[in-house]
Amino acid sequence: MKGNEAIAEAAIRAGAEGYFCYPITPQSEVAEYLTKRMPEVGGVFLQGESEVAVGNMLFGAASTGKRVFTTSSSPGISLMQESISYMAGAHLPAVLVNIMRGGPGLGGILPAQSDYFQAVKGGGHGDYRLLVLAPSTVQEAVDLMMLSFDLADKYRNPVMMIGDGMIGQMMEAVEFPEEKEIKRNNPDESDWAVNGAKDRKPRIIKSLFLDPHQLEDNSWLLDDKYEQMKREEVRYELYKVNAKNKLLIVSYGTMARICQTVIDELESEGISVGLFRPITLYPYPMKELKKEAVKKNIKTVLTVEMSTAQMLEDVERSILGKKQIEFFGRTGGIVPTPDEVKSKVLELIKPKKKAKTSEKKKRGKNVK
Amino acid sequence: MSSNSNVIFSRPEAMHDTVTHYCPGCTHGIIHRLVAEALDELGVRDKAVGVAPVGCSVLIYNYINCDFMEAPHGRAPALATGFKRMRPDMTVFTYQGDGDLASIGMGEIVHAANRGEKFTTIFVNNAIYGMTGGQMAPTTMPQQITTTSPKGRDVSQVGYPIRMAEILSALVTPSYIERVAVHTPQHILKAKKAIYKAFKYQVEGRCYSMVEVLSTCPTNWGYTPQEATKWLADNMVPYYELKCFKDPEKTEGF
Repeated sequence: MKGNEAIAEAAIRAGAEGYFCYPITPQSEVAEYLTKRMPEVGGVFLQGESEVAVGNMLFGAASTGKRVFTTSSSPGISLMQESISYMAGAHLPAVLVNIMRGGPGLGGILPAQSDYFQAVKGGGHGDYRLLVLAPSTVQEAVDLMMLSFDLADKYRNPVMMIGDGMIGQMMEAVEFPEEKEIKRNNPDESDWAVNGAKDRKPRIIKSLFLDPHQLEDNSWLLDDKYEQMKREEVRYELYKVNAKNKLLIVSYGTMARICQTVIDELESEGISVGLFRPITLYPYPMKELKKEAVKKNIKTVLTVEMSTAQMLEDVERSILGKKQIEFFGRTGGIVPTPDEVKSKVLELIKPKKKAKTSEKKKRGKNVK
Repeated sequence: MSSNSNVIFSRPEAMHDTVTHYCPGCTHGIIHRLVAEALDELGVRDKAVGVAPVGCSVLIYNYINCDFMEAPHGRAPALATGFKRMRPDMTVFTYQGDGDLASIGMGEIVHAANRGEKFTTIFVNNAIYGMTGGQMAPTTMPQQITTTSPKGRDVSQVGYPIRMAEILSALVTPSYIERVAVHTPQHILKAKKAIYKAFKYQVEGRCYSMVEVLSTCPTNWGYTPQEATKWLADNMVPYYELKCFKDPEKTEGF
């Protein structure tokens, strides 16, 4: 199944009842799939007039307490930042998917990971965070999409799944839970949703607090949720991490799969390299990464991204100068080849070869 | 209450017993009451959700006794769309000022009306940005003095005031669009009928409905409440025609 369609079906199986969208490459297949699929399960499909409107339709729809989501790509997600900030401030659950393309500006339509900061550090205004998940396979995109709805409900906070164009366009075999097992939220059972002030006081979904003490209280209330996420939601995967590793690669999403290929090749050549793959980008697996990175056998940590170094800042924040950190990245829609990454690893492990790889260095930025 | 007295006038159930923050002479209070009366008379208060705008009436949820959502500036129609699509059984209304609806929210209101969303918009047009302190609005009258048009609105530079009822009624999609005013008791009675009808059409699942209400802002216009109602009658009413522009009873289909 194609990644974009798998994401759409995963949302249906997770009990999503509302989908709002605006066409943008490379994820329009989600909308094309759901315009047929949503009516089959009695859900709402609506194409809005802009991503600004779509984000706010999601805001209104999320206020019902039902499971709702949208999908878009980088420039569209930029336009949704207004509604994301408001939804976070008003404690609303919603799921957003960003199938990232190269930027800034109109950029391109090919895969990139250059919206890391926007997703993880907050693209909108105010003291808020998104819970951010990054799948590396289509099956994982399905699993994390379903998890996203659970986490959005658990924390009453927007959850964003970020993938790149490769995840969206890739065809892979996937497994879904049985359709008969679909569970939906009952808005009448909600203790916060807007469902009519019958025999109770009115409920107000809002983010305005003119009294600064109340606004501060709300911000700390949000912060409590983010601290809870740090305790309970950190997810990551280790690949061939062992005591023989000389180098530890840190990479996420489909970029991490390319790194796995590199690690397999190097292993056959007798060079041991491990991979640390964050699955939650917020909360970032800081302690877990530090634990692996500071091990004696690790000489260098190499961060590999399809950007000009964004996650690198979280890697540095995790390791706190306790290990040499290097970076390799391509961006603008260019996906690093396994050979490029391999050359970078070899360059770091065997410094003698440095001169020969000068051409690669020009194309892949080398941050020290 | 003693048994020999009859209640002939009381606070609607859909209205909280509280004092509003509105300035003396502002007509938001009257319009709030008309909305509350319509919700009561149609028996939908406990199935109603309002969408508060950004503007003076952002605190409407302190006065009208039903569930509310508070929208980003101009986006109330998008919130109402998302909500109503998910809960078609509920009664949804947006309450928006002229900066909110006719400036920053122009895209959202036009497309919501054009999709024929089954919610109601109460559009309060007082020809100025009130909450931010009296700046020029898209509906500010030619030559009207505001803090950002201190020499009066210069139509050669910023164009003429936008007539929203005319714009929305030009859409082919069936809808109910009426413009009313609340500067005299007679006009208030007509406004009440229009607001009631707008909600009734929604409850019947018929169409999108919008009532534009000409309103005053004595504070930022720089008039007394009485002068303000006269200014409205003399300046706004001739430009903003008071009438029903579109009614599904008369224009179903095309």
